[in-house]
Amino acid sequence: MTKMLNLKLKVWRQDGPDDAGHFEDYSTTVADDASFLEMLDYVNEQLIADNREPIAFDHDCREGICGSCGLMINGQAHGPQKGTATCQLHMRKFNDGDHITIEPWRAAAFPIIKDLAVNRAAFDRIIESGGYITVNTGAAQDANETPVPKEAADAAMDAAACIGCGACVAACPNSAANLFTSAKIQHLNLLPQGQAERFGRTKAMVETMEDYFGSCTNYGECQEACPKEISVDFIAMMNRDYAKSMIVNRRRLGERKVG
Amino acid sequence: MTQAMERRGADAPKVHSTQRTNRPWPVEFWSSAIGKKWVMAVTGLGLMGFVFAHMVGNLKMFLGAEEFDAYAESLKTLLYPIIPENGVLWMFRVGLIVMFGLHIASAYQLTRMNHRARPVKYQSPRDYIAANFAARTMRWTGIIVGLYLLFHLADLTWGWFQPDFVKADAYNNLVNSLSRPPVAAIYIVANIALGIHLFHGGWSMFQSLGLNSPRYNGARRAFAAGFAVVVAGMNVFFPIAVLTGIVSN
Repeated sequence: MTKMLNLKLKVWRQDGPDDAGHFEDYSTTVADDASFLEMLDYVNEQLIADNREPIAFDHDCREGICGSCGLMINGQAHGPQKGTATCQLHMRKFNDGDHITIEPWRAAAFPIIKDLAVNRAAFDRIIESGGYITVNTGAAQDANETPVPKEAADAAMDAAACIGCGACVAACPNSAANLFTSAKIQHLNLLPQGQAERFGRTKAMVETMEDYFGSCTNYGECQEACPKEISVDFIAMMNRDYAKSMIVNRRRLGERKVG
Repeated sequence: MTQAMERRGADAPKVHSTQRTNRPWPVEFWSSAIGKKWVMAVTGLGLMGFVFAHMVGNLKMFLGAEEFDAYAESLKTLLYPIIPENGVLWMFRVGLIVMFGLHIASAYQLTRMNHRARPVKYQSPRDYIAANFAARTMRWTGIIVGLYLLFHLADLTWGWFQPDFVKADAYNNLVNSLSRPPVAAIYIVANIALGIHLFHGGWSMFQSLGLNSPRYNGARRAFAAGFAVVVAGMNVFFPIAVLTGIVSN
């Protein structure tokens, strides 16, 4: 049976990056089988009908795989349900009469564009600096030509599940992006194809990350907030690879010093 | 690889300005946050070794004044005559000062970096899931332990707060100091802070050093908790033992 929920919302409204911003109160009634974003859609429809500015928020696939959505709901990134992006959070997780506070991600590297939408271009800068493999692609090789142990494939796949939503940064009291960066490094570093550029990649991506974000103090909040439940184990692997990159960086191997 | 390309949308604002030039790798390593966390972990491990040895040495107080003073005296002649008198003691002291210095310097710089990374705080209360009390109070417990360390040196090494302080009379100095309830209270509070600091630090160092394996991951938290309880627990017991007369002169 569908239940109707009467909710009191407190939503962060901000006209643009330079606006100070403030909370605004709304009340709405939604069915408990609505998703969280559908609930915001209802609120927006009402706002538009009243000739008021709708709430801006990021969303795209609404099936938990694109990484566009992301809201701080009652002080938790992506809300109260573990391993769930905001779009896959449903109103049945809330009770009739609940007060819900919605805020955007907050980090210096994630400036607010408008209301609840933030600019996550800093993640793109990290990927650009090494989150890929440079391969001379010849003829297509046979499947399974490169043997990969099952365990390595599984671990790489766990890291590759990262959708880049930024919840790790949002949840981290230090605004650190170590979970994102380590996932994007390790899904390549765990596989044979990633070995050639392993240490150059690690160094470049870590250094780019540190231009934008805070430092990891091992709170573990990121792993709890992550909609893909990526483990902080990858951060430890990144830390080890980064230390090794100080000594075994192959980036400058081609340089020959004479005399 | 670094060719200019047109970027779609607004660019990300750089928050920190770290120089990226070719420098010797230790300098480069220290300039990175991950490098500083390595330094924190390694110096933290060294300091853990110190607090453990310090606690074990203090157990001698239960064997009486003679044993305790002989132990204190023996620290001056460690490895004597291979190394001159006080030689090893001063090596320890210099090592500890360097470790404290690096530990505090990296903590300070990382804290500054983290504050810059979130200039505007969340405007509604956070609901933490994993970050425990120990992890969130590291800075404060660290400051408390640092201040307490200075007090402890002034009290029992330099004797500033004791009118009848006698240099090298370790046992009597200790009992005279800790039999004052306010001083005993300082020792108890500071060592509880130390225990809280060790509870997070003793686990966190494994992550920072990249020591992570399903084989022993379960033991890391147990190690940190056990170490914190043993060291801080005994350190808290010392002033209580003096106050209750278990240890007296």
